[in-house]
Amino acid sequence: MVNLGDRFRDLGRMDALGSQESTLHRLDPRAKVLVTAAFALVVSSFGRYEVSGLLPFALFPVSLAILGEVPWGYLLKRIGLALPFMLVLGALNPVLDREVLLHVGPLAITGGWLSSFSMVLKLVLTVASAVVLVATTGVDGVCQALERLGLPQVFVVQIGFLHRYTFVLAEEAVRMLRARELRSNGHGLTHREFGPLAGHLLLRTWDRAQRIHQAMLARGFDGNFHMLRRSSFGPRDLLFLFAWCAIFLLLRIVNFPMLMGSLVSGGG
Amino acid sequence: MSHHIVEAIELCHRYGDGTQALTEVTFRIHHGESVALVGANGAGKSTLLQHFNGVLLPTSGAVRIGEVPLVKETLRDIRRTVGMVFQDPDDQLFSPTIGQDVAFGPLNLGLPPADVEARVRAALDRMEALSLKDKPAYRLSAGEKRRAAIATVLSMTPDILVLDEPTSGLDPRARRQLIGLLRAFHHTKIIATHDLDMVLDLCPRTLVLHEGRVKADGATREIFADEALLAACHLEKPLTMQGCLMCGEKRGI
Repeated sequence: MVNLGDRFRDLGRMDALGSQESTLHRLDPRAKVLVTAAFALVVSSFGRYEVSGLLPFALFPVSLAILGEVPWGYLLKRIGLALPFMLVLGALNPVLDREVLLHVGPLAITGGWLSSFSMVLKLVLTVASAVVLVATTGVDGVCQALERLGLPQVFVVQIGFLHRYTFVLAEEAVRMLRARELRSNGHGLTHREFGPLAGHLLLRTWDRAQRIHQAMLARGFDGNFHMLRRSSFGPRDLLFLFAWCAIFLLLRIVNFPMLMGSLVSGGG
Repeated sequence: MSHHIVEAIELCHRYGDGTQALTEVTFRIHHGESVALVGANGAGKSTLLQHFNGVLLPTSGAVRIGEVPLVKETLRDIRRTVGMVFQDPDDQLFSPTIGQDVAFGPLNLGLPPADVEARVRAALDRMEALSLKDKPAYRLSAGEKRRAAIATVLSMTPDILVLDEPTSGLDPRARRQLIGLLRAFHHTKIIATHDLDMVLDLCPRTLVLHEGRVKADGATREIFADEALLAACHLEKPLTMQGCLMCGEKRGI
C-alpha cells in the first residue's frame, strides 16, 4: 500500500524528462501536440479488423523516443501500466464475434480476435505517442500548447493544478496510510476505516485549497491567469508538423506491409 | 507619507463560531523595523498575521498600513504593499515551475513581459534561487521551497514583509542561510515564529501575544530576560541566552 509513494515519485520523473534538452524538446509544444493529435486521429480511423496497416505507425513513437532520448524502460513501463485497461476493453470481442476471417496455416482466426488485437494495437500506439509527447514536452508545455491552441484557460489551469497538487495530496495520503499501517498490527484496510480516511483527506484538501486561494489573492489575483508566452512557432516547427502529417497520410493510404508481402510473393 | 508603517488600533477579532481570537491589540511598527511576533500555540499569531493583508478583516478596531485603513476598497493596494510569506511553501508555490510562480504576482500587476522577466530574475537571485527557475516545486528541498516562496513575494516589490514561521522544518544550514538573507532586507519585517534564537539574530523588537492580547511589546533582549513573563506566556528563553549546559555558567547577554 505504502509503495504508492514510489508510484508518485515515478510520476515526477516524467517532468524531469520533459525538462531535458534535445532537438525534439526545443520544438514548439504546439507542433508536438498537433502532430500527436493527428497521429491519434489517423490511427483511430483504421477499420476494426485492420492490423497490418497499423504496424508502420510504430515508426512515430519509436523515432520520437530516439530523438527525444526517452529511455525505453520508462516508455515500456508506462505502456505496461495502461495495458490491463486495454486488454479489458478488448476482452469481449473474441467471444462476441466468432466468424472466421483468416487462416494462418492450420490456425483459424476469428473476427473477434482480429478486432481485439487491432484495438489493443491502436491503444498501445496512442498511449506510446502520448507518453513520448509528455516526456519530451512536460505537462507544463502541453498545458501551454493547449491554451494557445484555444482550450479555455479554466481547463488549462485545472490540469496544471491537478498535476501540481497530485504530489502534495499523494504525500498526505501516503503519510496517513503509513500512520494507520504502523498501528494496524498487520490488519488490512477495511472499508469502515477507508471512509473516515478518505473524508479526512478531502477536508485537508479543502483547507489547502483555501490557503492556496489566499496565497493567490495576496499576490493580486483577480480571477484571470496571465501567462508569460515564450516559445514561438518557427519554420522548423512547421516542417515537423507537415512532414509527420504527410507521413501519416501516406501510411494511411498505402498499406506497406501488404505491399511488401505481395512484392515478395509476386517475386517468389 | 510612508508606506512602511503597520498599525493596529484596538484590534479585535471574533471568529464565526464565537472564539475570541484577538482582544484590543494595539501597536505601531515603524519604517524599516524588524519585529518578532511570539507566543504559544493558539495565542493569536496567525489570526493577527491574516489581518495584515486582509485575509481577515477586524471585528472591531482597525488596521492601518502606511496610514491607509485596511478596508475592502483598499485591499488591492495593501496587498501590493504587504508581502505575505505563508507557513507552508506548498500553499504558495502553485504554478508548474518556480519561475512562473515568481512571475504570478508581477503579471497580476499588469507589468509588461520584459519587466516581469527582470523582476523574476532579480527576486530569485536575491534569494539565491536562480537555478530553481525552471524546476517544479515538488522537486525542491524544504529550504529551497522556502527561499522560492519568499521570492514569489519579493517579485511584487512589497514595502512590508510578513513571514509566518520562516525557519520551521529547515535544517540548521538552510536556517542559517535564510537568516542571512532576511537580515539583508531593508523592508519593514514582521516575523511570527517559535524560533527565539532567530528572533535574537533578526529582530530588535518583540511583541508577545498571549490568549489574544499583547502581553509585552519592547526590546527583544529585555523581554527574553524576563523569565516570569516568558513562563506566564508559555515561552522559554532562547538557547543562546540560557546558561551553558555543560558547565552551568551563564553567558553574558
